[in-house]
Amino acid sequence: MVRFLARRLGLGIGILAVLSILMYAMLDLAMDPLDDLRTSTAPNKEAAIAGRIQALHLDQPWFSRYLLWLRHFVTGDLGTAWRTQESVNRLLGGAIVTTVQLVLAATLIAIALGVLVGIVSALRQYTTFDYAITFVSFVLYSLPVFWVAVLLKQFLAIGVNDFLNNPTVNWFWISVFSVVAGLFWAGALGGEFRRSLVIFGIATAVTFATSAFILGSGWLMHPSLGVVGVGVIGAAIAVAVTAVFAGMSNKLALYSALTTAAVGIGSYIGIQWLFYYVPMNWAWLFGLLLVAIAIGLLIGWLFGGPDRAVSMRGAAITAALMAGLTFVDRVMQGWPQYFNNPDIKGRPIATIGAETPGFQGDFWLQQLDRFTHLLLPTIALVLISFASYTRYQRGSMLEVLGQDYIRTARAKGLSERVVVVRHALRNALLPLASVVPVDIITLIGGAVITETIFGWSGMGRLFVVSLRQSEVDPVMAYVMITGALAIIANLVADYLYALLDPRIQVTG
Amino acid sequence: MSDDNLPDDKLDNLSPQVPLPPMGGPVDDIVDDSVGRGEGVGQAKEVQGLTQGQIVMARFFRHRGAMAGLVILVLIAVLALTSMGIGPIRGWWKYQDYLASGTPVNGGAPTMTLPQWLGGPGFAIGDHPFGQDSLGSDNFALVMKGVQTSLFVMVILGLVALVVGVLVGALSGYYRGWVDQSLMRLTDLVITLPVIVLGAVLGRLVNTLPVKMGASQDQVDALTNNMPALLAIALGLILWPSLARLVRGEFLSLREREFVDSARVAGASDWRIITKHMLPNSIGVIIVNTTLLMSAAVVLETALSYLGFGINRPNISLGFLINTYQGAFATRPWLFWWPGLFIILIALSVNFIGDGLRDAFDPRTKRIPSNREMNKALAKVEAAARAGNEKGGDA
Repeated sequence: MVRFLARRLGLGIGILAVLSILMYAMLDLAMDPLDDLRTSTAPNKEAAIAGRIQALHLDQPWFSRYLLWLRHFVTGDLGTAWRTQESVNRLLGGAIVTTVQLVLAATLIAIALGVLVGIVSALRQYTTFDYAITFVSFVLYSLPVFWVAVLLKQFLAIGVNDFLNNPTVNWFWISVFSVVAGLFWAGALGGEFRRSLVIFGIATAVTFATSAFILGSGWLMHPSLGVVGVGVIGAAIAVAVTAVFAGMSNKLALYSALTTAAVGIGSYIGIQWLFYYVPMNWAWLFGLLLVAIAIGLLIGWLFGGPDRAVSMRGAAITAALMAGLTFVDRVMQGWPQYFNNPDIKGRPIATIGAETPGFQGDFWLQQLDRFTHLLLPTIALVLISFASYTRYQRGSMLEVLGQDYIRTARAKGLSERVVVVRHALRNALLPLASVVPVDIITLIGGAVITETIFGWSGMGRLFVVSLRQSEVDPVMAYVMITGALAIIANLVADYLYALLDPRIQVTG
Repeated sequence: MSDDNLPDDKLDNLSPQVPLPPMGGPVDDIVDDSVGRGEGVGQAKEVQGLTQGQIVMARFFRHRGAMAGLVILVLIAVLALTSMGIGPIRGWWKYQDYLASGTPVNGGAPTMTLPQWLGGPGFAIGDHPFGQDSLGSDNFALVMKGVQTSLFVMVILGLVALVVGVLVGALSGYYRGWVDQSLMRLTDLVITLPVIVLGAVLGRLVNTLPVKMGASQDQVDALTNNMPALLAIALGLILWPSLARLVRGEFLSLREREFVDSARVAGASDWRIITKHMLPNSIGVIIVNTTLLMSAAVVLETALSYLGFGINRPNISLGFLINTYQGAFATRPWLFWWPGLFIILIALSVNFIGDGLRDAFDPRTKRIPSNREMNKALAKVEAAARAGNEKGGDA
């Protein structure tokens, strides 16, 4: 294993070195630092050109300039963006954080949604639901991200902002949305015609009531879940988690999940005091999450029984989700304050930038500010990569479902839940380990466009702007970082796959 | 799933008395295979002696999504080519000079109206069906020219990637050893950076090089006019790795097969084995992935043009149009809608064609008849049985 890693790392460094030479040569051809001076009409044109040639060493061949760049690069100095005389190291520092935020959020959501929908689509192969999902994912796959982004800015952002300032409920669209949601659930849960009809009715009614309440009652102006909301959602989470991971017949697992939900409601009330008196930060929240998971594990352990691990797992997942609910609720409580902040000007959904310039507020308001800025770019990125995850996961699930051991599992009388969750799902998720790391690189590429449109000053924007302005150093820095990330991602993908799949042997 | 309930007329088809229909006949038969159930008919079909190509064609032609995609793509191509003409040949649209400005009529609003059954005042194209921009340029002419460019880039790019990818993949899969090692390191190198990043650098290179080299005005003009071709070739040179890897995998398994051994024993040259024996066997993978690559190419080209590193004036592409007019969304949304709609239609059609091709080439694909088809087929079989019984009763 060590030999494998060492060999791959060595190879990666070699590729990176060749890449840097080739890219430097290509950038040298592609960039024209004298462009603006050549067409200028200033009297001191000749002197200015001579000065710039001097400053950028343009009189030397590109290879000696490359060596100069390399000498600085190996010492950790990424150079300067010569038009603004800013150090690339400093420019990159903020840019990397911005891009990672954007790409991380989008990747997580896209994987979660894409995998889920892909699996359900595979389980309902050749039904209308399957065809509809296939069609939608093809459409999403064909959408140009910049087009979607402009539409999101024009419709979603302006629409939501206008609605918040002047709430008038459009019953027609709520009804359409509810019917679509009803069809989705009926298709996803499947079954006989009667069952589908009942599911359709319930889902449509619930969606209609929920959206009517959210939009019509002014809830959006003072959003919070409250004890009742946390209680209802918590109970639903407990039941759902048990149904998927343990089966409803496992009473101990059900009771431990429900107990965890009850404890969660209790601690929701208690923790409001903590939030009020102690200024929060991410370390605190992470600690609280760990405490919640520990409580869940403890409850599962206390219920005991022959299958203790199952109860503990279900309770821990429930606890983590309850902690998430509490967090979301607390962030929501800051909404009126955020909305009325003079910096926001009553238009909370932002279309430009990663944060409101000059915005002051406590930890919770900062999170809200980040959320309102992340919303549109994340949706744009998710819409694009969701499609490929759905297609991928559907194919992988179908392949696993066709295997002999699934037939064996069914033949020995295991319930459909056990067959799907325990036997099929685990193996169908395996290939993701090798896809996700590579896909993150694609997303970083996609972020080039998204950041340009939404005015995020991340890595992608740095690349585009520097390439336009013929600044070679920032572009080279971008190339090296992205290249290194890609190599590491590929390495991680191969390593993870070998780690998870015992059939694959890693040889040095 | 047995052959037992095959209707008699199906079996008759196989007997030599009934003359087999000429071309197109087998296709009709296959469309009608809902009469039997599942695979049984597939086996009967093989007896009919269809070639591999005919089977693939038949499967492709009954893939509804692929056929819809094909029809839409052909319609778009015909519309774009005939309306704006190709090269020196003029098209039928009255505004052939797509860059010319004019006077915006009615704020440049589209003059195309909906037919009456859709609630419009009756179908009419008018002077500017897709509207005009603020300078009065005709949007229909611009969009059609953009469609031409995008399709052109897509085809050239696909060809370049196809040639390079197949060559690299075939050589490294066939020869293995150091050829394989070095070619695969080359592919690793190309896929290290996101396609859009490499594409942006290459696009910028194609755009600046003529000026930077200090070429004469004529040369600069000639290069600028051929910008789409240059860009397509440059992009084709970065999109081939995925194809190369797949072809290599295919060749690695093919070269262990008996027919390759026997060709070698018979004294065939490497070149002959590669082109005559192995390539035809991997044609499915190649065609399918080239198609999918082309759909990605459409979106890539528009994205690059949007960023300003792709097609620039005097050439027009759909991404360039969206980039130019995105600020006008609030006042003249049609300048934004039409180019986007055509990008999506082209990419979607090509995607569906690729999906159909994949199903057609995949021997594991089984056609699952829908419930309605099953019931219809069952009814037909029963009716035939009843008719046979009655006939038997009469006699």
